[in-house]
Amino acid sequence: MPVLELRGITKIFPGVVANDDVSLSLEPGEIVALLGENGAGKTTLMNVVYGLLAADRGEVLVDGKPARIKSPRDAIDHGIGMVHQHFMLVEPLTVTENIVLGREPGRFGVIDFAVARERVRALSEQYGLKVDPDARIQDLSVGMQQRVEILKALYQGARVLILDEPTAVLTPQEVHELFSVVRSLVDEGLSVVFITHKLEEVMAVADRIVVMRDGRVVGETRPSETDMVGLARMMVGRDVVLRIEKGPSRCGEPVLEVEGLRVLDDRRLEAVRGVSFSVCGGEVVAIAGVDGNGQRELVEALVGLRRPLAGTIRLKGRDVTHAGAREAIEAGISHIPEDRHRRGLVLDFSIAENMVLGDHRVEPYAKRGVMRPARIAQMARERIEAYDVRTPSERVHASALSGGNQQKVVVAREIGRGPELLVAAQPTRGLDVGAIEFVHRQIIAQRDAGKAVLLVSFELEEVMALADRILVIYEGQIAREFAAGEADDETLGYYMTGGGGSKLDGPPSAEVAAGGER
Amino acid sequence: MSESHEALPEQRAWMTLLQKAGAPVVSVLIAIGIGSLIMWISGYDAGAAFAALFKGSLGSPKAFGDTLLRATPLMFTGLAVAYGFRAGLFNIGAEGQLFMGGLAAAYLGVRLGGLSPAVALPAVLVAAMAAGAAWAFVPALLKARIGAHEVITTMMFTYIGKYIVSWLVVGPLKAPGQIPQTEMIGASAQLPRIQSLFSDAALQSLPILKLGRGHMGIFVALLFAVVVWLILKYTTLGYENRAVGFNPWAAENAGISVPSTIVKSLCISGALAGLAGAVEVMGVHHRIFDQFSPGFGFTGIAVALVAKNHPLGVIPAALLFGAMSAGSGTMQLEADVPQKIVLIIQALVIFLIAAESVVQWFIQKRQKEALARAR
Repeated sequence: MPVLELRGITKIFPGVVANDDVSLSLEPGEIVALLGENGAGKTTLMNVVYGLLAADRGEVLVDGKPARIKSPRDAIDHGIGMVHQHFMLVEPLTVTENIVLGREPGRFGVIDFAVARERVRALSEQYGLKVDPDARIQDLSVGMQQRVEILKALYQGARVLILDEPTAVLTPQEVHELFSVVRSLVDEGLSVVFITHKLEEVMAVADRIVVMRDGRVVGETRPSETDMVGLARMMVGRDVVLRIEKGPSRCGEPVLEVEGLRVLDDRRLEAVRGVSFSVCGGEVVAIAGVDGNGQRELVEALVGLRRPLAGTIRLKGRDVTHAGAREAIEAGISHIPEDRHRRGLVLDFSIAENMVLGDHRVEPYAKRGVMRPARIAQMARERIEAYDVRTPSERVHASALSGGNQQKVVVAREIGRGPELLVAAQPTRGLDVGAIEFVHRQIIAQRDAGKAVLLVSFELEEVMALADRILVIYEGQIAREFAAGEADDETLGYYMTGGGGSKLDGPPSAEVAAGGER
Repeated sequence: MSESHEALPEQRAWMTLLQKAGAPVVSVLIAIGIGSLIMWISGYDAGAAFAALFKGSLGSPKAFGDTLLRATPLMFTGLAVAYGFRAGLFNIGAEGQLFMGGLAAAYLGVRLGGLSPAVALPAVLVAAMAAGAAWAFVPALLKARIGAHEVITTMMFTYIGKYIVSWLVVGPLKAPGQIPQTEMIGASAQLPRIQSLFSDAALQSLPILKLGRGHMGIFVALLFAVVVWLILKYTTLGYENRAVGFNPWAAENAGISVPSTIVKSLCISGALAGLAGAVEVMGVHHRIFDQFSPGFGFTGIAVALVAKNHPLGVIPAALLFGAMSAGSGTMQLEADVPQKIVLIIQALVIFLIAAESVVQWFIQKRQKEALARAR
């Protein structure tokens, strides 16, 4: 008997049918991957199961019996736990305090911390989820915080665990650890629903794969019966190129030259500690690294959002070290920010208004302080066409677009401006394969047009697919440089995590030709 | 990718207008309903009360003139608060900027009173704008530089402004006589009553023009509503203002200076509030004294709220609040219902609009049900 079964779940949001008659079952000890593009309805479906949303139609059965789940509380009582994409932890509290929150052992309102600690310790031992019960959440890495979330669900008695995009925030190493945790959970008899849009993860961890598209289940398969190309086709509904073809780079004049750059972060600690590199026209240089190794500060310094402490930044020979964001744009630096909702878009603006952001003072879009809506609308329509933004018109608010289309708006604006240098930070974060392919093509097109591209990415797959040269950043310094095809992801991962502290040390396994200057 | 297009809401002019105007209109109707209920429970005749309220605000040309008189400063303070809100700034201190604008108008009106109105009127208005802007400048600078919250600082500056006026009207600027007030401003610095533009004969034949105390300031206010709307919609200044209001991080990324936008926005807001003080001095009292504003600056917050921070929406919103204030006297006199009931209705309007998400929820639920049935 399935431990969890969904029958004909339909969920309607104003104007959108998020789930359309979706049925799904989960056997004990099974890992089901729920695969689909962003907006396919995966998270909505699981939010229905977890009681965060009420279905308009359909029913949820637990152990073969209909369950009325109207709140997460009900879901927990039925043995369903969920780990959200964004963690729901209280940062200043300890691991134990977070785990027992809501179900504290003790009497008369006094928490018995000794018992709580012991239970947490026992759980973490049973499932091989090693974590310090007394550490504060704010001091833990993202991967550790995720373990706490899982432990919390287990503490609450979960037999079904829903993981919503659990790898989005993890490093490659943490992803491997998560997979082994998930496997040990099912060995102990739990069942797992694994929500993702990443094909390789599905192939690696799932027993069964359920593919969703446009709110419907469009197929079901097993890793042994399919491959990534087949899965991508099922998910997107057409053939997708997972790794785009590109010719050799023709390196022209140096466009960006960075020398001895040092940048402070918000806590006034040195995040970029003496970085030097150059990017020439017609090449893609990728900065590969684990999140939090100074990439954000480096990018912000380049695009004029953060004042460098020392060093120089030159664009085509011109000193732009102390240029602000406005001067940087005027000098020809475009920026695809890592967070499109925060930095990239004004969600309450229309697409047209977003397309002109940054060029809103200059002709032909404005003259003597007066904007020219007709010109802006025309430009927006042209870019919508050229960059395949799926929208009925340029007057639609950016907030109404899907994530992929929002990113296309940002890409259209930043590339459409005709920059000398494109700084692309995490340009495909949270995008599905179809949109990733599109953004990758645009970046390569930019390179082939003789422009310089600096790519910052935590995704090794992306770095290897696009880069002509790879700079590995670790703790604010360039740990190593590789030419395209010189290093595999094991090697990159090794340097990304601080391996080879000295540049003279060899990599762990694969032999690597000297990176060196070119 | 196969995404359904028809689901995306398009920003069509009439649709946004309907969406934006719908909730405030519904809220006002509900507020009037609840107000009637309160009157009924308290044993008053709600029908007679609203009849009197209507009579006192719209029942005659003179009554309508009173409505215009009250609506004029509210239009300016409403615009002031709305403009700040569009940059994400809550200028709660419009009252103080209003006092400063009024002070500048009263001071300059006396000294420029001898000049031709063509010089004196614009000069006094500009001076009032400058005074209001100056009063907002320090809070703006504090906000831009060190992040001091404008709600606190503009409020504090309101007290300072009001007490400066209190002191000046009993001290240095006191007119001769017993009453603590400034001298009367010169005739050429006064905003004439609307009816004074017409000859007696014209007023005889067209009594509708007898607008009593309604003065030319209302046209200045309407002009500024349109100007502010144009600024927000068609200028880089307004675009940057809105961008910062919606998402300062994205604005910064696009090379817009957030601190300088904050300063500009709050100063423009202050200038508009300063004009509210100026029209009261130039059109109504012709001088300044301690209590010359019954809180127009604060009511302006409510006006902006009802207008959903849209400059053109400020016009009907200010007229609504002006009418309620103008009619409340008649209501008390003729229907024997306390004036305060109007304040209750105003408070209900504000409450309902602030609670709009509840109304929206109802609307969305209905839409969803309709959609579910349609499938």
